[in-house]
Amino acid sequence: MSETKPLLTMRGVTKRYGGVLALKDADLDIMPGRIHAVLGENGAGKSTLIKIMAGVVSPDEGQISLDGEAVSFSSPAAANAAGIVCVFQELSLIPDLSVADNIVISKPPQLLGLINRRKQREIAEKALADAGATDIHPSALVKDLSLSRRQMVEIAKALARKPRVLILDEATSALTSADVEKVFSVIKRLRQEGVAIIYISHRMHEIAELADDCTVFRNGRKIATYKAGTKSDTEVVELMIGREYKNVFPPKFSGERASVPALSCKGLSWAGRLRDVSLSVYPGEVIGLGGLDGQGQRELLLALFGVLRGAEGRIDIDGKPATVGDPSRAKGDSIGMALIPEDRKTEGLMLPMSIAENLCFSSLGRISSMGIIDKAESEAKIAEMIELLSIKAENPALPVSSLSGGNQQKVVIAKWLMNEPRIVLLNDPTRGIDVGTKQEIYALLRKLADKGVAILFYSTDYDELIGCCDRVLVMYDGAVVRELAGDAITEHALVASALNIGEVARA
Amino acid sequence: MKEWRFWLTENQGTLIAAATFAVMFAIYAGNHPAGFTPNVVQTAANKATLLAFVAMAQALVIITSGIDLSVGMILTLSNCLASWIVVGTAGETTLGIIGVLIAGAMCGALNGLIVIFGRLQPIVTTIATGAMFYGIALFLRPFPGGSVNETLADFLTGKLFKLIPMSFVALAVVILVVWVPYSRSVLGRAAYAAGSSEQAAYMSGMPVKMAKFMAYVLSGLLASVGGLYLTFFSYTGEAAYASGNTYTLFSIAAVVLGGVSLMGGRGSAIGAVFGALAFRTIGDLLFVFDFDPLWQPLFQGVVLLFAVSISAFGLFRVRNKLDWFP
Repeated sequence: MSETKPLLTMRGVTKRYGGVLALKDADLDIMPGRIHAVLGENGAGKSTLIKIMAGVVSPDEGQISLDGEAVSFSSPAAANAAGIVCVFQELSLIPDLSVADNIVISKPPQLLGLINRRKQREIAEKALADAGATDIHPSALVKDLSLSRRQMVEIAKALARKPRVLILDEATSALTSADVEKVFSVIKRLRQEGVAIIYISHRMHEIAELADDCTVFRNGRKIATYKAGTKSDTEVVELMIGREYKNVFPPKFSGERASVPALSCKGLSWAGRLRDVSLSVYPGEVIGLGGLDGQGQRELLLALFGVLRGAEGRIDIDGKPATVGDPSRAKGDSIGMALIPEDRKTEGLMLPMSIAENLCFSSLGRISSMGIIDKAESEAKIAEMIELLSIKAENPALPVSSLSGGNQQKVVIAKWLMNEPRIVLLNDPTRGIDVGTKQEIYALLRKLADKGVAILFYSTDYDELIGCCDRVLVMYDGAVVRELAGDAITEHALVASALNIGEVARA
Repeated sequence: MKEWRFWLTENQGTLIAAATFAVMFAIYAGNHPAGFTPNVVQTAANKATLLAFVAMAQALVIITSGIDLSVGMILTLSNCLASWIVVGTAGETTLGIIGVLIAGAMCGALNGLIVIFGRLQPIVTTIATGAMFYGIALFLRPFPGGSVNETLADFLTGKLFKLIPMSFVALAVVILVVWVPYSRSVLGRAAYAAGSSEQAAYMSGMPVKMAKFMAYVLSGLLASVGGLYLTFFSYTGEAAYASGNTYTLFSIAAVVLGGVSLMGGRGSAIGAVFGALAFRTIGDLLFVFDFDPLWQPLFQGVVLLFAVSISAFGLFRVRNKLDWFP
C-alpha cells in the first residue's frame, strides 16, 4: 500500500428507521486508489451505508470525514459536490430526457445562464467513450434504451462528474458480459488514477476479480474487514449469512419423465425478436433459459403468458393446443400458468398496498365466492404463504414497500403460488437478491418441481443455471441455439453457446 | 439513427399541433366570406391569443406532472385588477401592468408553496386557491365595470404595419422572453426531470423544489398576461365565474392538443400555444359554415376527442401489451 491516509472514513455511524436499526456503529476506511468491496445479504445495512455516504439519508449518530475533515451531506447534490458519486442500484435516470441531458444532469454546462448544448454534447460523448459505450447515441431518449444500455448511461453519468469516491451498487446486475468487461477496465483505470471505489455486488467472481479490500455486513453491523484473497468463498459466505453454508443447490430431478409435456410450443415467432422457438417442459422439470441478456428470453416468457400480440406458432398445454390470450386466461385453471416478472417493483407488486393484499391479487378467484372475498380463507392462505416462503414481515398489513428486496421478491413468488399453478415461468427472479434468499428460492423451485410443477426459468447467473436446472436452452438473437442437459451444463458450454460459438468450440 | 430523426421524435407533439392548426386555419380562412385578409387573421388572433397565454401557463405546470386548475381564475383576477390600475398616464399604466404581473406571479407562488412544501395534491390545492382568487376578483369587481388605457389597448390588439396582428407579436415576444430561456435553463430542465421521474431527479441532485416552484410562479405570471389581454379586448373588468372555469378547462384541452403529456416530462409550451390556436379555430369553423352557434360546444367536444385520439393511434401498433400501460 503506497497510500496510507484514508480518503473517506466513517466512525460509529448509526441509522434507525422508525424502530428498526438499519445500521449500527459502522466504521469504515476507504483508501484512495483501492477498490473496497462491501458484502452482505439484503437488509444487512449496505444500502443504508451507501445512502448515508451519498447524502440521501443522514445518520442518527456517528461521524463521516473526507480528507480528515468532518462532513455531513444534506442532499445527494452536496455529496456530489464533495466528489462522492454513486451509481445506484435503482436507476436514477430521467426517462423522458436524452442521454446527453441525463449525463450532465446535476451540473449542466452553462453559457449566460442557459444550458450550452454543444458543450453538453461534448461532455456526453466523452463520458460515453470513457465508459466504453460508444454505441449509445447522446440524443437518444433514455426510455427508448434497454435496461443494460441504461445502466451504461448511468455509469457514464457518474464518470462525467469526475468522482473522487465512486460507489457502484450492483452496477453490473443488468449488464451483458461484454459490458461488464468494459466497466471493469474503467474501474481498474480509475483505481490507477487514485479514485477510491466502493463496490457492491452479489456476484462473488466479480469481487474476486476487482476487490482490494472487503468488508462484510450482517444485520446492520460490520462483521469483518479483510484483504481480498485472504478468505475462501465459503468463509465469506459464512460471514455473510452467519451460518454454515452448504449445498446451495438442492438435488436435481431424478424420477421418470412424464409422457406428455405440461407446456410446449412449436415455431413461436414474434416481431423479429423471437424466431421459431420450440420447446417442451415436462412436469417435475426445471428448465433453464440461458444466453446473453436481451436475446429474446423475456419475450419468450411474455409470449407464453399471452402478453405479446401477433405471436405466431402454437402452444400446447398437456399436449393439447391452447390459446393463451392474456394473463388472466393464462392463470385460469385450464392452463394454470404463472409468470414471475423481471421487475418486481412495476410488474410484480403494488408497492403502496399491503403485503396481504399483494399476496391475494393473483388468486382472488380462489378466495372469494360470488365476487365477495372470504376474509377467513384469505387470511389462512396468506399465513400459509408467509410461512412457506418464510417472508420476514412483522405484519402482513404493512405496505409491501417496507420489505427488503429479497422479501419483496418472495411476496411476488408467493402471490403466484397461492393460485396453485402447474406451470411456473420465472424471469431472472434472483437478480439483486442476497445469497440466503437465493438459496431459499432454489429449494422452493425444486420442491415445486417435485410436486409435479413444470418450471421454465430465465437467469443471467450461470451458477444458477448449472446448479438448478435439469436442462438449459440457450438463446441467441431470438432463437434457441443450443440445448444442454445434465453434466453438459457447464460454464464453458453456457458461455460458448451464449456467444453462439458452441458448435465451433465443440468441434 | 440520424440526428434529425431524434429531433423529430423529440418535437413530434409540437409539430403535430402546428400542422393541425395550419390545416384548420386554412379551411377557416378559405371559407371565410372575407377570405384570408389581415382582418380575418386579426380577429382570429385576438381571440386565440388569450387562450394561448393560459395554455402556456397550464403547460408549464403540467410538464412537472402537476396541474393548475386556478389558471382561469388568475386570469379573471388579473382582469379585474387591471380594470382598476392599468389606466392613466403612460407611467401609471406601466406601473399598473407591473402590478398585475406581480399579482399573477404571487398567485402562482402561493400554489407552488402549498404544493411543494405543504405536499398537497396540485389538483385539490388549485381548486381551493382558484376559488380564493375568484373571491378576491369579486371584491374588486362586484359588477362589471372599470376601464383600461385605451391607447395601449388598441395598439396591442391592432395590427403591426397594417398586416401582422399585434397580439401574435405579443405572444411571440412572451415565448421568446419567458419560454425559450426557461426551457434552456437548468430550472427548466429540472422541471422536465421532475415531471418524468421526480425520484430520479432528486437522486441526481437536481433543484427539484425550485424548479417546481418556478413553474407555478411562471404559470401565474403567464395567466396574468392573459388577464391583461382580456382587459385590452374588453376594456372592462368582470369577475365572470363561468368564463374563468372555461379558460381552465380549455387550457387543459389545448395543452393535450399541443402534444404535452398529462403524465408530465414531455411536450413544450410552444406546442400548447399551437394547441390553443387549433382549439379556438375549431369553434370558429362552425361560424364560417353558417351553423347555429348552439352546435358549438357539441362540435368542439367531438373534434377535441377526435384530435386527442389521433395521438393514441400509436397504441394499435403496440405488440407488447405491457407497453399499453405507461
